[in-house]
Amino acid sequence: MSGNVLLEVEGLTKHFQGRRGFRRQGEAVRAVDDVSFVVREGETLGLVGESGSGKSTTGYCVLQLLKPTAGSVRFQGQELTSAPRAELRAARRELQIVFQDPYSSLDPRQTVEQIVADPLEIHRIGDRASRRRRVHELLDLVGIDPAFASRYPHEFSGGQRQRVGIARSLALDPKLLICDEPVSALDVSIQAQILNLMNELQRELGLAYLFIAHDLAVVRAVSDRIAVMRNGKILEEGDAEEVYVRPQHPYTKALLAAVPVADPRRMRAERERRRSTRAAAGAGA
Amino acid sequence: MNAVQSSTVSAVPLLEVDGLRTQFFTPAGRVHAVDGVSFTLDQGRVLGVVGESGCGKSVMALSLLGLLPPRQAAIVAGHVRYDGRELTTLGRRQLEDVRGREIAMVFQDPMTSLNPTLSIGDQLMEPLRRHLDLSRQAARRRAIELLEEVEIAGAATRLDDYPHNYSGGMRQRVMIAIAVACRPKLLIADEPTTALDVTVQASVLDLLHDLQQEYEMALLLITHDMGVIAEMADDVLVMYAGQVVEHAPALELFDHPEHPYTEALLAALPQVDVVGAHKQHLAAIPGRPPSLLQPPAVCRFAARCPYAEQDDPCTSQMPELREVRPSHFVRTFHPAIERVAAAGVSA
Repeated sequence: MSGNVLLEVEGLTKHFQGRRGFRRQGEAVRAVDDVSFVVREGETLGLVGESGSGKSTTGYCVLQLLKPTAGSVRFQGQELTSAPRAELRAARRELQIVFQDPYSSLDPRQTVEQIVADPLEIHRIGDRASRRRRVHELLDLVGIDPAFASRYPHEFSGGQRQRVGIARSLALDPKLLICDEPVSALDVSIQAQILNLMNELQRELGLAYLFIAHDLAVVRAVSDRIAVMRNGKILEEGDAEEVYVRPQHPYTKALLAAVPVADPRRMRAERERRRSTRAAAGAGA
Repeated sequence: MNAVQSSTVSAVPLLEVDGLRTQFFTPAGRVHAVDGVSFTLDQGRVLGVVGESGCGKSVMALSLLGLLPPRQAAIVAGHVRYDGRELTTLGRRQLEDVRGREIAMVFQDPMTSLNPTLSIGDQLMEPLRRHLDLSRQAARRRAIELLEEVEIAGAATRLDDYPHNYSGGMRQRVMIAIAVACRPKLLIADEPTTALDVTVQASVLDLLHDLQQEYEMALLLITHDMGVIAEMADDVLVMYAGQVVEHAPALELFDHPEHPYTEALLAALPQVDVVGAHKQHLAAIPGRPPSLLQPPAVCRFAARCPYAEQDDPCTSQMPELREVRPSHFVRTFHPAIERVAAAGVSA
């Protein structure tokens, strides 16, 4: 990918003040600690890590939903960390988010049409009729029959709801989507549908993704480049194939080795390997 | 089958589930959550039950132990025999004597299945005192041993800690320690590692495997993850829309999946270990499972099946579970083996 740099994150740091009991004191938690990366137009950077690695916090800091402690976030050349509200609002048109849980991220009292039209109304784009046309276009794009636009979220399955969430995030023609565990609440067969959809939308619309997830196989299925996070730091970053085929950092290797794969012979060999490693460590102690 | 031959067990399987039907009573009608499930599980064996959400795998497990929410759900037909003893007709007290003693269970979420107001030690000692009638002192000694067994460092000093002092992986180890406290013959584990990080998951699965081997326990392992099945199971039961659609030894199932659903499920998995998997197109399964309010009396996978044709029996009859290869049972009119044969004939 040789597209222009869309997002440039440099030295991003987020500390949370620790708490003891109900009083604020104690050590600050370094949730994100001096993280730097870029996302280019039309590409996907996969940000992968286990719970507590700081991957989601990084996403929220990019969106300025959390105020970073230090560092800079430049989107299309514009510094977001110091941007006034109005400018931030304008930037967010092109910088959208897809949430993990399609059950709690859609208002149950709004119809799908209202949900998808929401961003258009907030940014005062078009009139009623043109907004309606746009909503139907978006639903069609994500594979939902526009005839269902007047239905409520509970009438849809998890996969369909995530499609609605994606349609909403696409309403303002964004350049970059921050996707925070977008398929981890979905079953395998449905997950595959959504991952395929995301790859297709990227090709069609030239979207860039910052794809945040804990599942290494899922991240591999969408990413051009991968960054592996642990304890608030990026340990390894590189071309997706390269990181998966020739991981450099011991943690990346351990992480890849621990993923269960649908191959009984390999899984059992892997277990024997772990057992002999443990036995050797035990004998040495 | 080695375990059966090597031990002195009679011909009666440890667990025999026969035509189990469990229904939920909702304002919209009866939900046929488990719709005629049969299988047997012998001592020392691991049976993996795999399926997607709503396929009935968890409800099946709750049914075995009589843990269904009262008045909302009930077993409406079928038998559950443990060691030849019918469990579905047991009263509450009798079931309580079986649960935790003979059959134990580990649930998905160690955060909510431990009591936050009781120390780890108290929760470990409860089944020991309830079922084995140990004194407080003896139970405490045994509890420390159990914590050591599940590899909690500094067991004696960690016994009086509360669940919030433990990490997620350690809590699941404690849940496993509680489950095996009375040396049950059967352990039912429902998504035991789903809430854990992958590196922790591997070590918890290793622990489960070691304990199962050491005590020759039977393990009924319920999961949505084909990788976990591949790692743990001797035999596999694939569930879809409340029914068993495929039942086979694990190697056989992964080498020769017969049901179009099992094949599709394996094909839909994004792969972590294949060169060129980057930005691969995944073989998604179109559509979704049928509603179990009034499940169709035809093949329940027909609407999503790539092999179901207009004039096939798929859309007019319910396929029976039949043996298409030795010990390999499948519920479909289009098992892979017959598709290959048919292609060979027409070629």
